[in-house]
Amino acid sequence: MSILERRLIREPSFGLTGKLFQVSWGFVLLLCALAAVGYAALYSAGGGAEPYASRHALRFAFGLMLMLCIALADIRFIARLSWPAYVVGVALLVLVAHMGHVGKGAQRWIELGGMQWQPSEFMKLALVMALAAWFHQASWERVGNPLFLIPPVIVVLVPVGMILKEPNLGTAVITAVVGASVFLGAGLRWWKIAIVLAALGAAAPLAYAHLHDYQRARITTFLNPESDPLGTGYNIIQSKIALGSGGMWGKGFMQGTQNHLNFLPEKQTDFVFTIIAEEFGLVGSLAVLALLCLITLAAMAMALRCRHQYGRLVALGVSVNFFMYVFVNVAMVMGAIPVGGVPLPLVSHGGSATIMVMVGFGVLMSAYVHRDAEFGDAERDV
Amino acid sequence: MRRDRERKGVFTRRALLIAGAELTAFGALAAKLYQVQVAEGAKYRTLAESNRISVRLIAPPRGRLLDRFGVPVAANNQNWRALLIAEQAESVGATLDAFARLVPLADHERARIERDVRRHRRFIPVTVREFLTWEEMARIEVNAPDLPGIVVDVGTTRRYPFGPALAHVVGYVAPPSEADMGEDPMLSLPGIRVGRAGMEKYHEPRLRGRAGAVQLEVNAVGRVIRELDRQEGTPGTDVRLTIDATLQQQVLGHLGEESASAVVLDARNGAVLAMATNPSFDPSLFNSGVSQAQWLQWTSNRRAPLINKAAAGLYAPGSTFKIVVAMAGLEARAISPGDRINCPGYLDLGDTRFHCWKRGGHGLLDLRNGIKNSCDVFFYEVARRTGIDRIAAMANRFGLGVPLEIELAGARSGFIPTREWRIAQGKAWNIGDTIVAGIGQGFLQVTPLSLAVMAARIATGRAVQPHLTLAVGGVEEPDNSADAWPSMGLSAHAMNIVREGMWAVVNEQNGTAPIAKLPLPDVQMAGKTGSSQVRRVSREQREHGFKSETLPWEFRPHALFVAFAPTDRPRYACAVVVEHGNAGAAAAAPVARDIMVDVLTRDPANRRQPPPDRVAQGSPA
Repeated sequence: MSILERRLIREPSFGLTGKLFQVSWGFVLLLCALAAVGYAALYSAGGGAEPYASRHALRFAFGLMLMLCIALADIRFIARLSWPAYVVGVALLVLVAHMGHVGKGAQRWIELGGMQWQPSEFMKLALVMALAAWFHQASWERVGNPLFLIPPVIVVLVPVGMILKEPNLGTAVITAVVGASVFLGAGLRWWKIAIVLAALGAAAPLAYAHLHDYQRARITTFLNPESDPLGTGYNIIQSKIALGSGGMWGKGFMQGTQNHLNFLPEKQTDFVFTIIAEEFGLVGSLAVLALLCLITLAAMAMALRCRHQYGRLVALGVSVNFFMYVFVNVAMVMGAIPVGGVPLPLVSHGGSATIMVMVGFGVLMSAYVHRDAEFGDAERDV
Repeated sequence: MRRDRERKGVFTRRALLIAGAELTAFGALAAKLYQVQVAEGAKYRTLAESNRISVRLIAPPRGRLLDRFGVPVAANNQNWRALLIAEQAESVGATLDAFARLVPLADHERARIERDVRRHRRFIPVTVREFLTWEEMARIEVNAPDLPGIVVDVGTTRRYPFGPALAHVVGYVAPPSEADMGEDPMLSLPGIRVGRAGMEKYHEPRLRGRAGAVQLEVNAVGRVIRELDRQEGTPGTDVRLTIDATLQQQVLGHLGEESASAVVLDARNGAVLAMATNPSFDPSLFNSGVSQAQWLQWTSNRRAPLINKAAAGLYAPGSTFKIVVAMAGLEARAISPGDRINCPGYLDLGDTRFHCWKRGGHGLLDLRNGIKNSCDVFFYEVARRTGIDRIAAMANRFGLGVPLEIELAGARSGFIPTREWRIAQGKAWNIGDTIVAGIGQGFLQVTPLSLAVMAARIATGRAVQPHLTLAVGGVEEPDNSADAWPSMGLSAHAMNIVREGMWAVVNEQNGTAPIAKLPLPDVQMAGKTGSSQVRRVSREQREHGFKSETLPWEFRPHALFVAFAPTDRPRYACAVVVEHGNAGAAAAAPVARDIMVDVLTRDPANRRQPPPDRVAQGSPA
């Protein structure tokens, strides 16, 4: 490769129009499609555009603008923000532990701008960025060095521990998995990961002893939901009835009895998927699942196109985070894993989740737009 | 570059691996979806069918509040309301147009109705208008054929037959707040109200009752097919108050247009027979929400209609406090009944001169005549000898400056200063403060209710507590018998001297309130006047022949009067405070006299039924 050629490839004209041209509009289209699914489901849940659907559309529009703005920001600039973002994330977790709102038995919310924010959602993105920044400046050989791995492990454990303490078991597990995926992408040896997983498995009974009552109740009812049909098992049973009665073709838009007779608990937030499944049947739910799968894989594909380790790892982390949201939520409404307060991104109503997911996609898109950017300090052997 | 290629190679392999795992997971989710939705679909469809039995709560009637004779003071009215069922109307707009021709609808009402129709499913009734009058209802019923979709049904609403007259005692109800909703699912029913003030609030748990439930069979879209089962709720319990509603109206009548309050107690047991505050407000306005303009009008009124002046208004007791000072002096043996004190019209203490209200002075006086003439110098001297702490302790024994057991949440306990309190403030207690306290001025604050309690306690010698509940659900409260109250343990001789002084105030020619003498045969009343300064009188004003009548209204002194009757066998105690009414003798004593005449002729405490001739007047139109 001649020097001239390299310049052309690695330093494309990063003008605003050029950048806009580089944005993966196909991916944006997929996100819009998903948000449209959310609008339809929330329209049905609210019996009209009010009260959920119109606000959902507004929130998505705002998130989309935010995402595009971030996508146009230089990924190297974003990379420099990695560690400050991490520090802010931890500080927010400390803040929420001391003065956050206590809701549904846990202290995990901060009220800001008329919305309730979960710092743990911001923390997941900040953690991915921090880990990506750490591994970006390391050669592949160094990743094998156990001493080099101690700081990033601590970087993962601090927020995971704090989220566990909130207590928010679901998000803590997702955070840990997302962190682990970045380690994996950075090239950590399989057997080391195996050891960590084994250690976690051994710690599980210990963790159960420290779980809060409501979390234990969830695990018990998950194992046998009919044991308490009007208590904690109620959500799972009603949710399964909604899914199951949808059948192959569904009951038709706005015709779901479970939905409209209000048997479904929190149908517009965590259980929004059941509305789709009940009203559009297996056909509808599989179509939405396929859309979610497509978004996950498209994000992964964008990660593969990056020419710098930071971008690759950040994109990987964001993609895995989205996947974990989807998997935990859908598995939860089917009663396949214990219920936890995890929304379906871009479909569920409310909260900061939609916005934070879009911010994450913004960082992913920036990595993709600037996929050929040259980091001055790349692969320095420190 | 080689290294990055190496890293990229590893990353690509790992990313593909993760993607593969994710794909597998999606596959598993899809398989599980197939299992739940199609393979086991039939089972869940049956379960969804059985979900069609819906349970709805029905609100029980709220318990009534009755006066001591069983006359309702808070009852339930039927509330006729027009509802609109959208699916039965060919066009919602046309139906509303037709409705508006019969019963005018404001634009904002119409906007609210149309919004509700959009929000709810079409078979769910939406309220068009509440509180229909009989004529409006008749017009709607007659024109029913032109009003497709409109149905008239009946709910309940709270009615206060005595309106403003009992507003401060009975209180009012209002729709539950967001915060109330959690505690009882019944509170989320439309039209439900909870007690927000007064006895409505205090007896809320007894008045509310328990909701009933009706099991309905609903079809797939939730329309009611038939009623399967019905469990009636428990209606709220009726609560009987100690108040005599007719007497209350009479008392309010005697207060006239003044900003004033009066309390009448059964002196033997503390039962509150009347507790009147003027001006007042209409409690039914809270039922459907108070308008901003109304609220502003109440809160900006300097006569404070929302405040229960009888239980929460704070005033210096003025000369009525001399009863306490006299008892404190006698109990402490700082003065004996025969001691005489000379009043030259002032008392000099250091370089400060404390004036008596009578410019020339009273000359030599004993305790009985000190009370009768309300001589300030006499009580300056008694207070000086007794000391503030013993006076304050005696005031507390008479119910002043201590919390009373009245059921009203807004009741205040007033304040009696002590040396300790002043020192805690970082200031020294001056002897001058004691002198001023001797005539009930300075730091002292009491409520009309506590003054009535003081009068009842000096009259009977029992430590009665004021209360408003006579019976709950027909079971009488124990504190309505005289035996429930312990003796105050004060010397009977001392109390008799003070009572005699109070008798002389009213019944001797040169007492301070001969105007209050009862125009009844065989019955006499004892009392004590008071006026509490709102503003200090300067020396300059005094020398220029000061007249409080010339002051602007809000700076005039308050007029007070406490009384009990009959003097030989005390049964009723009464306190009257007329805000800015100048002298107690002129403004408050005649009111107390008229009240006591009504009380004695009605004699409510000894009756179970209201006097027959008065019922017609007492019951509302």
